[in-house]
Amino acid sequence: MKGRPHLVAALPALACLVALPFVFPQGFALSLMCQMGIATIFALSYNMLLGQTGLLSFGHAVYFGLGAFCAMHVLRWAGGSGGGGAWVVIALPLVGGLGGLIAGIVLGAITTRRAGTIFAMISLGVGEMVASVAPMFPALFGGEAGLNANRVFGAPLFGITFGPQRQVYYLIVAWALLAAWGMHALTRTPLGRMANAARDNPERAQFVGYHPQMVRFLMLALSGFFAGIAGGLSAINYEIVTGESLGAHTSALVLLMAFIGGIGQFYGPIIGAVLVTFLQTALSQYTHAWLFYFGLFFLFMVLEAPGGIASLVQLHREPWRQGLLRWVWPQYALAALPVALTLAGLIGVVELVYRVAGGVEAGETSWKLFGNAIDATRWQPWALALLLFAGGGAWLRRAWSGVAWQWKMVLLATARGKDR
Amino acid sequence: MSSAPVLQLAGVHKTFGQTAIIRGVDLDLVAGERHALIGPNGAGKSTLFNLISGRLHATAGTIRLRGADITRATPQAINRMGLARSFQVTNLFHRMTVFENLRCGALRSRGGGYAFWRRVDGVAEANARADEVLDAIGLARRREATAGELTYAEQRALEIGVTIACGADVILLDEPTAGMSRSESAAAVALIRKVTAGKTLVMVEHDMDVVFGLADRVSVLVYGEVIATGAPDAIHANARVQEAYLGTGLAQAGAAETAHA
Amino acid sequence: MEFFLVSLLNGVSYGLLLFMLSSGLTLIFSMMGVLNFAHASFYMLGAYFAYQISTAVGFWPALVLAPLLVGVVGGAIERYGLRRVHRYGHVPELLFTFGLAYLIEEVVHLIWGRIAVDYRIPEALDFGAFQVFDSLYPAYRVFMMAVSIAMLGALYWTLTRTRIGLIIRAALTHADMVQALGHNVPRVFMLVFGGGCALAALAGVIGGNAFVTEPAMAAAVGSIVFVVIVVGGLGSLAGAFIASLAIGVIQTFAVALDWSLLDTFREVGWTGEAARAIGTIKLSQFAPVLPYILMVLILIFRPRGLLGRRDT
Repeated sequence: MKGRPHLVAALPALACLVALPFVFPQGFALSLMCQMGIATIFALSYNMLLGQTGLLSFGHAVYFGLGAFCAMHVLRWAGGSGGGGAWVVIALPLVGGLGGLIAGIVLGAITTRRAGTIFAMISLGVGEMVASVAPMFPALFGGEAGLNANRVFGAPLFGITFGPQRQVYYLIVAWALLAAWGMHALTRTPLGRMANAARDNPERAQFVGYHPQMVRFLMLALSGFFAGIAGGLSAINYEIVTGESLGAHTSALVLLMAFIGGIGQFYGPIIGAVLVTFLQTALSQYTHAWLFYFGLFFLFMVLEAPGGIASLVQLHREPWRQGLLRWVWPQYALAALPVALTLAGLIGVVELVYRVAGGVEAGETSWKLFGNAIDATRWQPWALALLLFAGGGAWLRRAWSGVAWQWKMVLLATARGKDR
Repeated sequence: MSSAPVLQLAGVHKTFGQTAIIRGVDLDLVAGERHALIGPNGAGKSTLFNLISGRLHATAGTIRLRGADITRATPQAINRMGLARSFQVTNLFHRMTVFENLRCGALRSRGGGYAFWRRVDGVAEANARADEVLDAIGLARRREATAGELTYAEQRALEIGVTIACGADVILLDEPTAGMSRSESAAAVALIRKVTAGKTLVMVEHDMDVVFGLADRVSVLVYGEVIATGAPDAIHANARVQEAYLGTGLAQAGAAETAHA
Repeated sequence: MEFFLVSLLNGVSYGLLLFMLSSGLTLIFSMMGVLNFAHASFYMLGAYFAYQISTAVGFWPALVLAPLLVGVVGGAIERYGLRRVHRYGHVPELLFTFGLAYLIEEVVHLIWGRIAVDYRIPEALDFGAFQVFDSLYPAYRVFMMAVSIAMLGALYWTLTRTRIGLIIRAALTHADMVQALGHNVPRVFMLVFGGGCALAALAGVIGGNAFVTEPAMAAAVGSIVFVVIVVGGLGSLAGAFIASLAIGVIQTFAVALDWSLLDTFREVGWTGEAARAIGTIKLSQFAPVLPYILMVLILIFRPRGLLGRRDT
């Protein structure tokens, strides 16, 4: 059917994934890419709930974390007995997946009794429960320090030991492709379709013979399986698992990834996972306030683009195919400068507040920007930042109305082009 | 019409708080009949449908489908036992295509189940059934349109299509022609006649032309009670019905019904 | 006995505090269908605002000013944020308040730092109020209970005796009808949201110094308040009241009790390895988990909560 053109697109993409470690051989780049791969599986598994079944979960890290701990125990046990070596590591994500699946079956039986807002609250409560139980069993969860292990043991397999990060990268890529393929295939199964049906109209789903609670339960259990695979990979990648991987912050992060990427399209969470992982690493190097910018970005997306980045991509797709986007580019270019100015002003204000409020240790109120020292205790930088923010914002409003107008034209033309 | 009843209601009551909506309904439906349920607004017709289909549960009394007690069964269980219903207010999967809607309707009874190990495109029977119903309801042209994009009449046709797609042999249609023009209504009647051939049909209907054109038997529900059941002509001539349902005059009541629809 | 009484009093004061949070959350939820994920963040803002104000002008002005300020902030957020996502449905609304909770925590990090601030009980209330057997019961705890009860009385009075209360109660079930009668329902929503936030902030003002004022306080209390709502039954004020007190008391007792399961196991003669693994956990360690376990039990045996009637 539609498989062929997909295959044609898949080959170069695969080649890129294989070539990436040679293009970016640096250690931090490699570990970043590994993180992105793990996050991709995790975010896709999250979207099986939010996007496909309409279940907003605040406790998805439980399945990731429990999968990671299961994998870690097997890794420690195998490492101790010295048997298996690389084979064990290759199969380890499956162990994680099974751990996630079992957790999904046990906890899902409780959480999926309800849908909607109540499901969201219960998922939070169950997540908190698991996260707060974990520290009580140091033998299982390693207490504060977590559990660690060495992924290199036993005899190498065709020279593969999984010692070098690059080998781990290829393992992650292989598992990520496999998991993504599996989750995509799942959307085209009877269960996948009924998940959409139960999301959109649970009542009618009942009257065509399906139990929405059963649909939710199965989707949650399977989503736990894939989250567990991601957890297993993280156990291999970091060689340590701590209680934090079960906790609210990990749950929040995967929600941000899936939502920012876009929950309406299958590929949305992939974009989100890659982007959020990158921002997390990149922004945190430059500013202590990165989490704040991050929250702001999230709120902005909720208000202005609730379909995430993927919905913006979808929006541009048809006009692009018809060659109509050339109308919009100039407007985008015109809006670029005010956007940059507004952002600069905003960042300036935030950083200044941060400096004077004493968020920085030892009262560092000045910092260097482009070789100039900026002193947050004086009024000039404040005035400049506020001016940039206000002026840029006002300019942006005008520029944006141009963009909006042009888009209206493009959408009209696109609709006509489609009818023809 | 001498076989055992397919659907049997015995002493069915439903109260909401203090208010009794259904006050002791007894009704026997024989296999293959087309039965119309009529009555003034607020008589409890939709509530009765909800009780039969499992959306609500009766306060007292029993409902049997081919002898099996379904009084407290869930909607999905009743559906799988071979009873399907449509809704007065169109109730579809709005973001899915017409074909997908029909396939969702057919999936459970045609081997789809909750399977996550096989492709839905590979469930041959369900796909074939969906295409069959698609032709039957005349929406083949609109196969790939999403349900939300359809015109009102098309949505009503799809509503019937999703209902019959599972192949149930007891069909409940809740005001299938509500809000339609004369010509649309006539087309809908032809469609209903075609797709429910050989099945047991119960329908709530306000349009008397539809009722008398389609039904083998008619029951009149007034204030939660069936005051008469019989062939259309007999009902038409029944003095009690004329008094209770048609009230002060046929013309007036008819006008009120049309305005409501 | 002394231990029992003191713990009971502490439990009740904590439970009343929880109810100040859960009542606002319930009102907002019942009226607008929005589960305000950021509700506990307003509790935290209340504590921080009170700390800041009290360093400048003292505790008593802070007691009034901080909740008012937070109420205004809450109203503004409803007006310019929440109302805009309302048209997309409940999940985006929930996501909005989730993002808000996240952002407020970061704002607190940026302005007040990551460690607890020195927000203290005012000296005027730092004395023993009455004798419980051998020890003095702190006056501030009594003050907390008094404020909570006064606040709840005022809330009850507003809901049952005033015009706005009448509109709120009508809008709970028939928002369209109330709007059709010419009332400005969006403004009522804004008032309720702001009012709920102010109530949470008041809890923060009186709770922040009794416990601790730190950036993690919102997340810690937030999930407990959700548990209260689920246990009590969504949309039921009476259910929230019972659940608040129950959880407040249970948690206080669990923290204070220092026996471990091992003692019990030993008494029943079970001394295997499994018994030692589970048994060494002290009940006080177990305290943070108890509310969640209660929630799970309620969900299994009474899915709609103690007094809940709504389904979604």
